[in-house]
Amino acid sequence: MKSLLNATITIIQDSSQTLIVCGGEWTIHHLAKIADTLESYSVHTPIQWDMSSVTQLDSAGVALVHLYSKQFNALGFPSKIIGRSEEHLQLYNLLYNQPLQDISAVKARGWLYSLGYETHQWFQGINAFLAFLGEVFIVLLYSLSRPWLIRYRAISSHIITAGFNALPIIAVSSFLIGIVVAFQSIVQLQKFGADILIVDMIGISLTRELAPLITAIVIAGRSASAFTAQIGAMKMTQEIDAMKTMGFHPYLFLVWPRIIALMIVLPLLIFFADIVGIFGGMVIAKTQANLSYTEFINRLQGVLPLKHYVIGISKGPFFAILIALVGTYRGFQVSMNTESIGLYTTKSVVNAIFLVIACDALFSILLTELKL
Amino acid sequence: MNPIIEAREIVTAFGENLIHDSISCTVYENEIYALLGGSGSGKSTLLREMIMLETPNSGSIHIFGDNIANLSLQEAQILRQKWGVLFQSGALYSSLTVGENIALLYQEYTNLPPKLIQELIRLKIDLVGLPAHAIHLYPNQLSGGMIKRAALARALALDPKLLFLDEPTSGLDPFSSRQFDALIQQLRDLLGLTVVMVTHDLDTIHTIVDRFLLLEDTKAIAQGTLAEVLAINHPSIDYFFQKETHGIQS
Repeated sequence: MKSLLNATITIIQDSSQTLIVCGGEWTIHHLAKIADTLESYSVHTPIQWDMSSVTQLDSAGVALVHLYSKQFNALGFPSKIIGRSEEHLQLYNLLYNQPLQDISAVKARGWLYSLGYETHQWFQGINAFLAFLGEVFIVLLYSLSRPWLIRYRAISSHIITAGFNALPIIAVSSFLIGIVVAFQSIVQLQKFGADILIVDMIGISLTRELAPLITAIVIAGRSASAFTAQIGAMKMTQEIDAMKTMGFHPYLFLVWPRIIALMIVLPLLIFFADIVGIFGGMVIAKTQANLSYTEFINRLQGVLPLKHYVIGISKGPFFAILIALVGTYRGFQVSMNTESIGLYTTKSVVNAIFLVIACDALFSILLTELKL
Repeated sequence: MNPIIEAREIVTAFGENLIHDSISCTVYENEIYALLGGSGSGKSTLLREMIMLETPNSGSIHIFGDNIANLSLQEAQILRQKWGVLFQSGALYSSLTVGENIALLYQEYTNLPPKLIQELIRLKIDLVGLPAHAIHLYPNQLSGGMIKRAALARALALDPKLLFLDEPTSGLDPFSSRQFDALIQQLRDLLGLTVVMVTHDLDTIHTIVDRFLLLEDTKAIAQGTLAEVLAINHPSIDYFFQKETHGIQS
């Protein structure tokens, strides 16, 4: 239904006044050209708008006439509008029944303000996280004395989703890490004719450092994001508020099951990653250095002390608690705004991975100092 | 009178659950038409079918003379610019301010200069009775009533000829509801709007609705003006309008 009549404007200027004759359909989709004409027109005399041949008028048309009358008026040339039909006048009165209030534009802040604001926000964030941590542990103490409050069923369901379902991706990534490490080191070791040391290399580096780290990073990417999105969505739909009013403490129902599930699951996943990673190394040792599987395993038993393996596994619960805390904390930060869910999910993954790496570095320093 | 919307023998089912069993209705130009019925009677679904969010299993809906099932992508886009929709919960984009929510439509669909767009946004905000500073507020900073108003301002942005309202007065206080009704009526009179609404508000039905369709149990029980429908003797009509209690007196 394209209209036949377009909006028209004719400007007739004589010495004492300017006549602007408007015609046709002054509706929103026809006004772009009109606005251009008026914008480029420079007035020198008082204006008279003739609206008598306007067939259709909508709020955009009214606003256009009003806006430019005001603008011309500000230049010292008052406008008069003639030939308006009763309907057009009523529409004008509906829209401009009172003068529009001027609103101040949002003030742009200087860089110093932003710096201060951001710093303040950052400290506030730490403050809020500590408050969250405190409340989470109070809820834990409360539930420890009432063990029937612990959500065993939720824990087991999180063990399946965050742990069991992660097995394939953990297998693939740790297998690849085993291959990469073996490949890179075997080239160097062969230069010294020390091919057999590949076993020590793979055994120690994987069990002590790489398998725990890779597993934790995969789980941080997989589960921290899931926790944030789940809790964030629940917050937006007011489910969290509903839980609170029913007396179901969200930390007890949502946070602790996730923390406990990850704490159980992560050491097991690291154990699994150890096996798959070492297997990856074995495959490379066989193909590149002609080291048979039996030889490899025989030597592994001799050169890999239990402590490396135990240290690797025991990092699991620490990583788990960091990942789960960050994931759930960010979920509770989501506000009633669709963008915030994406924002906090990103933040939760970034923070979780950073904290895992930082924690691992701390372990390295501590354990080395302790001569372990 | 010129029919704007013609729905013919609409049948809708969600799985096994029959929602509409051959429902027909006609909305004429410049009238305020309401879809009424109890909860779960399928009035919101019928509205969603009219605005092309859902498709009926069978039957046809003509809007401005075109069958909406047979529109090309482009024709559908043009049609969508001719109507405005007010959702029950407002459905404002939560990451944009009220002003930006309204500006979006102007920026996408018109070539108007920014100055005029700003003027129009302020005009619409004023028109629906929001305070001027609301332009900079985000939806989560607004009360329920203000969200409704902001959403109406957005629905009116392109001066549509057809306005769909899903429970416009639910969640508003009685005074605001009547103001809202008066506003809708004024807009209808002055902008030549056709309004289709889903409502439960008996006062709205009494004061501004011209004709309506009463749905119950998958069927259309009655269509017509209030006086016409009240003249029909049907237990559901008596129940819905609370005749002989404290409801509308015919």
